[in-house]
Amino acid sequence: MIEVEGLTKDYGPRRAINNLTFRANPGEILGFLGPNGAGKTTTMRILSGFMPPTMGEARVAGFDVVDESLEVRKRVGYLPETVPLYPDMTVFDYLKYMADLRHIKNADERVDDVLEIVHMDERANGYISNLSKGMRQRIGLAQALLHEPEVLILDEPTIGLDPAQIREVRTLIREIGKQRTVLLSTHILSEAQQICDRVLIINKGEIVVEDTPERLQAGLTGVQRVSVRVQGDGDGLEKLINEISGVGKVSTTHEGAVEVESSPGKDLRPLIARNVVKAGFELLELKSIDLSLEDIFIQLTREEPEPPSTDDTSEDGS
Amino acid sequence: MRNVWIIARREYKLFFSSPVAYVVAFFFMILLGWFFYSALRDAIIQSTYQAYVPTVQIIISPLVTLLLFVMPAITMRSIAEEMRMGTMELLLTAPVKDWELVVGKWLGAFLFMLSLLAVTWIFPIVLNFLVKPGIDQGILLSGYLGLVLMVASLVGIGVFISSLFNNQLVVFMVSLALVLVFWLVRPSSSTTGGLGNQILTYLNFIDHYLNFYKGTIDLSDIVYYLSLTSLALFLGTVSVEIRRWR
Repeated sequence: MIEVEGLTKDYGPRRAINNLTFRANPGEILGFLGPNGAGKTTTMRILSGFMPPTMGEARVAGFDVVDESLEVRKRVGYLPETVPLYPDMTVFDYLKYMADLRHIKNADERVDDVLEIVHMDERANGYISNLSKGMRQRIGLAQALLHEPEVLILDEPTIGLDPAQIREVRTLIREIGKQRTVLLSTHILSEAQQICDRVLIINKGEIVVEDTPERLQAGLTGVQRVSVRVQGDGDGLEKLINEISGVGKVSTTHEGAVEVESSPGKDLRPLIARNVVKAGFELLELKSIDLSLEDIFIQLTREEPEPPSTDDTSEDGS
Repeated sequence: MRNVWIIARREYKLFFSSPVAYVVAFFFMILLGWFFYSALRDAIIQSTYQAYVPTVQIIISPLVTLLLFVMPAITMRSIAEEMRMGTMELLLTAPVKDWELVVGKWLGAFLFMLSLLAVTWIFPIVLNFLVKPGIDQGILLSGYLGLVLMVASLVGIGVFISSLFNNQLVVFMVSLALVLVFWLVRPSSSTTGGLGNQILTYLNFIDHYLNFYKGTIDLSDIVYYLSLTSLALFLGTVSVEIRRWR
């Protein structure tokens, strides 16, 4: 369990995170989303006992991260953003060292176990300096799993992995998340959508929104949107749809499709279909448009006062 | 305490898998061998004029000088490298107390230096065969006890400096400068007396070694080296703690 209240961290005059409050329950995977520099890593560093907050409180597995830091660290598995490995050690020795530091009984067996979990058992005796980025990432994950922690904190766990490995790690995290509390940061939105039970979007150190991925998609926009496409140039289509009762804003996209907005909970598709066909159009496509998390993310984290050119680059970067 | 030992053990092993330690140890022994040889040669020449028996001091005195220069090279990596590689994050989020980390780092490097010192026993043993009726074992023992204490404090200082910077080269230069200060700083003879001078005299690294060198063991010298070691390790721990807050 992770309980965070009013968490604030200043780096000199710069406020990295401001008054964060959230919680994550056992058996829950909480996704931490935000553009680069939003304060994800800072928050995770505080929760893992690496550094104390400037203000506010955080309890992990029931212990305060400042006053009972050692107890917290015993119960947290932490994968930092830059995977901390000793290149001049073998995979096995490295994990054995970490297992020893955590006073794990039968450390050798446990190391073998976690190596099997991350599919690195064949490279146990290889030097870390010879491993690829994806392999290193997996060793970092193995390190975080060694002591079967109650709480897992993973800072961008799938970065640098190839698509097959990403899928594997996601499955693994979901598996782990069944009994434990997992907090993972990512800026890949589809990832959050796939594995997280709940998503927390932060921007500039503040929580922008907190909800399930599904509810975020459905509820945030406040409107339901339908796209209509007909054969030909569709002259008069927009005007026709405009006259249907219950229809909100209607617009034609540059691809020639007409987008119709309506209030949520009211499906206008049958009505639109009937009217369009009756008016003699050849209906090709009629579908409802879901906002992707990408859209929501960009909407929420947009930097309004910035000129459009820099706005674009910041969105690309995130 | 167990963590101290776990960290020290890894640290110690690492010296044997890193080229730096081998290079340092190699030149250390070569230089020492050369000093030993030239001292023996001088002794032979001198003994043709007068009765002269070389003591174990001919090996201890260059050993002290060499150790002062070797220490920064041995300890520069210690904590600075963990900072640079980001593995510090790993150690600071493991259930390890900050002092355990610093003391473990110190112990590993200290044990490596002790191993190096153990190898240098070769020279007194050789000397023992060469001179009659053998060397003065009192001086040998007190001399090496002094060396062990001095190495303890030197490594302590090195680990402390290593906790201050991320860059090994900076650590090396600062450590070396600090050692030179401790080694060379003496009150000027024109201004004898005064508290400042007393402090300077007390802090001098070599002055406290002189008694060991002559074959006497003075408690105040032991206290000096041990408190210097403790102070360095304490400051190292504080420095690691401060890093957390940044």
